[in-house]
Amino acid sequence: MNSFLKLIFQLFFVLIFSNPLYASESNNLEKVLNNNFKLIIKSSSRTIEPVIEDLLSTKSPNLEEFLKSWRNKELYYVKKSKLIAILKQKNSNGYELLQFSNKTSLGFFKKKEIKVIKPNSGVRSKISNALIGFQLLNDDPKVRYKSLETLTRKFNSKYLIPLKNALKKENNPDLKKRMSELLVFGTIKYSQNEDEKISSLNSLRGNMSIEARGTIASLLESKLYVSNKMPDLPNLARNIIPGNSYKNADGSSNKPFFYFNKKPEISRSEAIDLLIKNNFLKDHITPSRRDEILKQNISNSHIEGIPVKQLNSSEERNNAYNLLVKLGKAIPLKSDKEIDDLIKRHFFYAVYKEKSPKVINTAKLVFNDINYKVNFYEYLDLILDGLSLASIYFLGAIGLAITFGVMRVINMAHGEFIMIGAYTGYVVQLFIPNHTISLLVAFPLAFLVTFLGGVAMERLVIRHLYRNPLDTLLATFGISIALQQIAKNIFGTQARPLTSPEWLDGALVVNDVLSISLIRIAIFVLGLIFLVLLLLVMNKTRLGLETKAVTQNPMMASSMGINPDRINMLTFGFGSGIAGIAGVAIGLFSKVTSELGADYIVQSFMTVVVGGVGNIWGTLAGATMIGMLQKFIEWFNPSNTLAAQTYMIIFIILFIQFRPKGIMALKGRAAED
Amino acid sequence: MKKDVLNYIDKRNSFFWVSSIVILFTLIIILLSEAYGLNLVSTSFTKVLGKTLCLCIVALAMDLVWGYCGILSLGHFAFFGLGGYMIGMWLMFERTKNIVVESTQNNVLPLTETEISEAVGTQIFGVVGGAEIPLIWSFADSLLIHIVLILLVPGVLAYIFGWLAFRSRVTGVYLSILTQAMTLALSLYLFQNDSGLRGNNGLSGLQNIPNLDDFSQAELSIWFLILSALTLIFTYYICNLIVNSKLGNIITGIRDNETRVRFLGYKVESYKLFIFVITAIISGVAGALYYPQAGIINPAELAPIASIYLAVWVAIGGRGYLYGALIGAAFVSLASSYFTGGQIPNINFGLFTLKWVDWWVVILGLSFVITTLYAPKGIGGLIERIFRRS
Amino acid sequence: MLFNLTKRLTLVMFALFLGNSVLADGHGKIKIGILHSLSGTMAISETTLKDTMLMLIDEQNKKGGILGKKLEPVVVDPASNWPLFAEKARELLTVSKVDVMFGCWTSVSRKSALPVLEELNGLLFYPVQYEGEESSKNVFYTGAAPNQQAIPATDYYLEELGVKKFALLGTDYVYPRTTNKILKQYLIDKGIPESDIFVNYTPFGHSDWSKIVADVVGLGADGKKVGVISTINGDANIGFYKELAAAGIKADDIPVVAFSVGEEELSGLDTKNLVGHLAAWNYFQSAESDLNTDFIKQWKSTMGDKRVTNDPMEAHVIGFKMYVKAVEKAGTTDVDAVRKAMYGMKVPNLTGGMAEMLPNHHLSKPVLIGEIQADGQFDIISQTKEVPGDAWTDYLAESKPLVSDWKSLGCGMYNKDTKTCVQMKSNY
Repeated sequence: MNSFLKLIFQLFFVLIFSNPLYASESNNLEKVLNNNFKLIIKSSSRTIEPVIEDLLSTKSPNLEEFLKSWRNKELYYVKKSKLIAILKQKNSNGYELLQFSNKTSLGFFKKKEIKVIKPNSGVRSKISNALIGFQLLNDDPKVRYKSLETLTRKFNSKYLIPLKNALKKENNPDLKKRMSELLVFGTIKYSQNEDEKISSLNSLRGNMSIEARGTIASLLESKLYVSNKMPDLPNLARNIIPGNSYKNADGSSNKPFFYFNKKPEISRSEAIDLLIKNNFLKDHITPSRRDEILKQNISNSHIEGIPVKQLNSSEERNNAYNLLVKLGKAIPLKSDKEIDDLIKRHFFYAVYKEKSPKVINTAKLVFNDINYKVNFYEYLDLILDGLSLASIYFLGAIGLAITFGVMRVINMAHGEFIMIGAYTGYVVQLFIPNHTISLLVAFPLAFLVTFLGGVAMERLVIRHLYRNPLDTLLATFGISIALQQIAKNIFGTQARPLTSPEWLDGALVVNDVLSISLIRIAIFVLGLIFLVLLLLVMNKTRLGLETKAVTQNPMMASSMGINPDRINMLTFGFGSGIAGIAGVAIGLFSKVTSELGADYIVQSFMTVVVGGVGNIWGTLAGATMIGMLQKFIEWFNPSNTLAAQTYMIIFIILFIQFRPKGIMALKGRAAED
Repeated sequence: MKKDVLNYIDKRNSFFWVSSIVILFTLIIILLSEAYGLNLVSTSFTKVLGKTLCLCIVALAMDLVWGYCGILSLGHFAFFGLGGYMIGMWLMFERTKNIVVESTQNNVLPLTETEISEAVGTQIFGVVGGAEIPLIWSFADSLLIHIVLILLVPGVLAYIFGWLAFRSRVTGVYLSILTQAMTLALSLYLFQNDSGLRGNNGLSGLQNIPNLDDFSQAELSIWFLILSALTLIFTYYICNLIVNSKLGNIITGIRDNETRVRFLGYKVESYKLFIFVITAIISGVAGALYYPQAGIINPAELAPIASIYLAVWVAIGGRGYLYGALIGAAFVSLASSYFTGGQIPNINFGLFTLKWVDWWVVILGLSFVITTLYAPKGIGGLIERIFRRS
Repeated sequence: MLFNLTKRLTLVMFALFLGNSVLADGHGKIKIGILHSLSGTMAISETTLKDTMLMLIDEQNKKGGILGKKLEPVVVDPASNWPLFAEKARELLTVSKVDVMFGCWTSVSRKSALPVLEELNGLLFYPVQYEGEESSKNVFYTGAAPNQQAIPATDYYLEELGVKKFALLGTDYVYPRTTNKILKQYLIDKGIPESDIFVNYTPFGHSDWSKIVADVVGLGADGKKVGVISTINGDANIGFYKELAAAGIKADDIPVVAFSVGEEELSGLDTKNLVGHLAAWNYFQSAESDLNTDFIKQWKSTMGDKRVTNDPMEAHVIGFKMYVKAVEKAGTTDVDAVRKAMYGMKVPNLTGGMAEMLPNHHLSKPVLIGEIQADGQFDIISQTKEVPGDAWTDYLAESKPLVSDWKSLGCGMYNKDTKTCVQMKSNY
């Protein structure tokens, strides 16, 4: 490894000072390729370094090109002649290859006769490393940037000086900034100069990037020791009390005020293992060792007169063993108290790898400072996550807020309208390949399709069942399973892709802790648009007014000249249509399957119920509460998402007991039904 | 003649009618069975029939709580599943323990209690990456306690849930959604591997009854069929008793107008709670009989959709007719397994081939819509109308 | 009237059920049961395997069957419903009286059918990679055991990519749980501290990945290289990879190696974001061999040009060819005779080399690691020699002393230390 780096280092000098000396030695390259043929075609990152070293030593002008095409999997080899080549063209005659080193044609080959050389990503990163030398001083800033990226991944002490040199020559401000950053990290990691280190550390104060944190954390790494006397070290990290103290992120220790998902750093049994390993505890008889010794002493199914059959409990076995001890056939057992005393008499502690206490103290300060900030952003991230989930629940539930919340029709097939919307989006994408345009088409089309579906369902089924909501529930469930199965029959059970346009692919990156994918922001915005739209429709239009009138008192409404049939039909269609649009949005961020709707239906109903039926603001409140709650429970118990969902549902069940009408309960006569 | 038939069908006599059919049916199956008869009915089909009887039991419970008391519970299959889990724990623990004890008989040192429980733990929970026996398995070595738990666990859960729900007067669709949420929560909880009930794997190998190794599956399936039939008859008796008593009148009153019954001075909540709990217990018993025949129980069985299907059976069979619930459960579940079994040839309509496996659920769903729209009283209602008219 | 009708209907149905058992006895035919879900959540994966089997059987029949007898497939649909696997297995064995079964996908379904197989002495070929820790007398495991997939992939991470910190993400069920348990112990043995292994389980079909992906990225905060080992199953992968891409994570920064993502799964995904991530299998469609080229051609001509081939399909191909040879060798379809004939049977892999049936009912197969390409295929970057499948892992203390050898020891769970057969039947 070291010699390899030395070479790169030399190479820099060659590049910087001796460009004219760059001699053409293609023969050399050919020879190296021949010698290392096997290692190149079946490469492994364990064996590739000497090969790259050899290649670099040829100083061939083709080297950069070779390394690049090797990395990009553009090299071939001919199975018979064992020549490394690049592809010139591919036509009906087969593959025409050029020998790499002298670019002469090797003629046409069949696919079977040649093979692509495929370095794995470990090897590729090593090749990229070798390319740093060529690229750090390349004329193209993009290439320089790439080489910096590689350098980030594999920084090493030997790069410090070349980097400093490159920094001096660099005039692109972005790259300059990046280089000086890298230099700071490198200094902290590899410099021997205490002051330089401290000033570099101080310059990182408040820097939340993963790299900065990683660099500082590596400075604060510590190692465990055990000893029988109190250590006196300048770089002592912490004292450890087995089974009691836990480790702080900066390497110090703490006695816990209370345990919350925090294990003590070392348990009693780990402490015993440590003692044994360091020879402070000798001749320790574990239960399995005891049983072994007992087994060795069996004769005639008796141990010193005790029948083996009796030894079916730990006490009996201990008794038998003690008998052996008395007879001098075994070493005595140590009691728990003896072992506890032994643990108490010894000191467990950890020591920083960094020697200088000054550097350690600065590092701790900066580290804790950063961590404080990171914590803040993590909370913020959690809240944003919760909001994002809330907006998805809101989207799922908003159609229901109308059909169930306003019209009081319980539509179990609501989830299937969401699914139909998502599939509409998928089908549109089949015909319109441009994702942005297809999305613009998909939204209104999904609305239209599900609107018509909703109207048809209202006319054919729900109209007949207004008086009996429980029957509606069952009938719509029948429709729900039928629709789901039809979707399965048409589209198959496999998830279908609904691809978001490219401009929604990225994420809004605030810093390395806080970033939100754009698609989630888009869904959040869509949720807001829906909210406003719905409020407008329900409060400012005639349809909204008439809907309210019909749901409150259909007889009275019809006597005022409103056609309740028409209103019911339109409102139901409207609610279903909104579900269709929500389906497109949900499909964009997750997947399109026939079970898409079923996944959201229970949550959606609960959102509406928790929020308070008949109130769109309530649905918003319900969605926010459920989304936030789920994220917070997940945060408490990060390795178990299922548990979070369970606890959330239990919470909702309890919540409804105490506020049966939801967060925003309707008051007055409208509340009675 | 017709009048006699009518009298038989009449609610008061339906117990006699139903129990004789069930007994006759069981006897015929025994006569045709692989184990004790002419070997015309295969063991796997006997198991299907035995399971169908258990489904009839839970359908009875559903009919009582929904058809008579008006509570559309979308969570009764959760109680069914819990019953299955309770018996499953004992079956699994006892069988594994027997295996462990047997396989370690030749060990040099006899096993200690902790070693046995460690070995059993590794065998049962190795599959989910654990080895310790969770606390909820404390009584798993006692059949008696677990039989009590079959009644107790669904009962207590139903009591707590019902007490909370009825106390705050959650009714109608709200209650349905809430019961659905309860099932979902329970099945999600059981899906976790940390739940102590083997997560997604559930409990398996339940068809092997410990200490009864001498009996073949063919024989066991008959015994379970008989047991299921007897339990069905007993349950039918209980339900019939309830619906024909004064209690029955009150709960039907609650179904038809809850407020009015409350104003008459009845403690509506207590009546509802009683029915809710008793039906939960019935469901639990049905589950405990069902899963040893199915052989495996896992959380997917408790998914909300199962409970909705239960409601579907009762609705198709006829709400408010106990025998309707039986017909619905037996007819729909048998037809479902028949049509999706792949034994029926597909029908070719030229352009389009009707594959039963693919389209059965669609047909079922739509027929369900049609039943609700045009025959809200289901098959039971049809039967009654036909006989009454003639 | 209606009453009569229903009565007649029941009678007819009853007769149909009975008819099954009466008409079931076929003569001069070898019956092959196919126990794959054709409906429900697993249908997508399993239907392909049913089609593979039908194609293979058809091909064999064109060659004249086995021992001069035609093969007859008996297809049943357990509908992704685990108890139904037991029911249908019993039906196949007792009613249809099949000679052998090919089937199951999930471990739960296998464990559901196992007791029936062992009770009735059936024979099942199980084609999917699984968590090991099992060796039934009545099952041949033609998919990968952990040491044929998970361990080599982890080695690749450790040795080739220099990964220092591991995120083991999985769907919450038996395969990820057991695999991760083995991997965790393996990593600890390799000197990775337990605090550097992050384990997370999500439910089936999980879609909200933002928090988990953020956590994985956050693992890199101490400057160590992070790698993800994913046992995430099915649809959940779609959201996972989408979120990875949205977070701007490249395969060079945080590689993901998946054990449950194959060609079939990728065909439902937009792969441009996944390029460079890894998968480990015993077979990729892109493997270059004459046998594979022929197989792909045959598959595409039967099923259509867009269809892809995948690892469990190869497992069925090997399993079927082995069964054919074993029956020919034994001269009968008797289960015990065929089983004995199976041991040591060799059949060429589609990826080159020979697959051999070991006495522990597992195969020896090569391990391939592929990088996902933009066209949804895999670029094979590493291929080992044949690795013998290990029923009981060597990396867990409780399984270490166990071996399976049905040929000479006649036991699937034999304790080397105590020299006893722990049990004859499997755990289920």
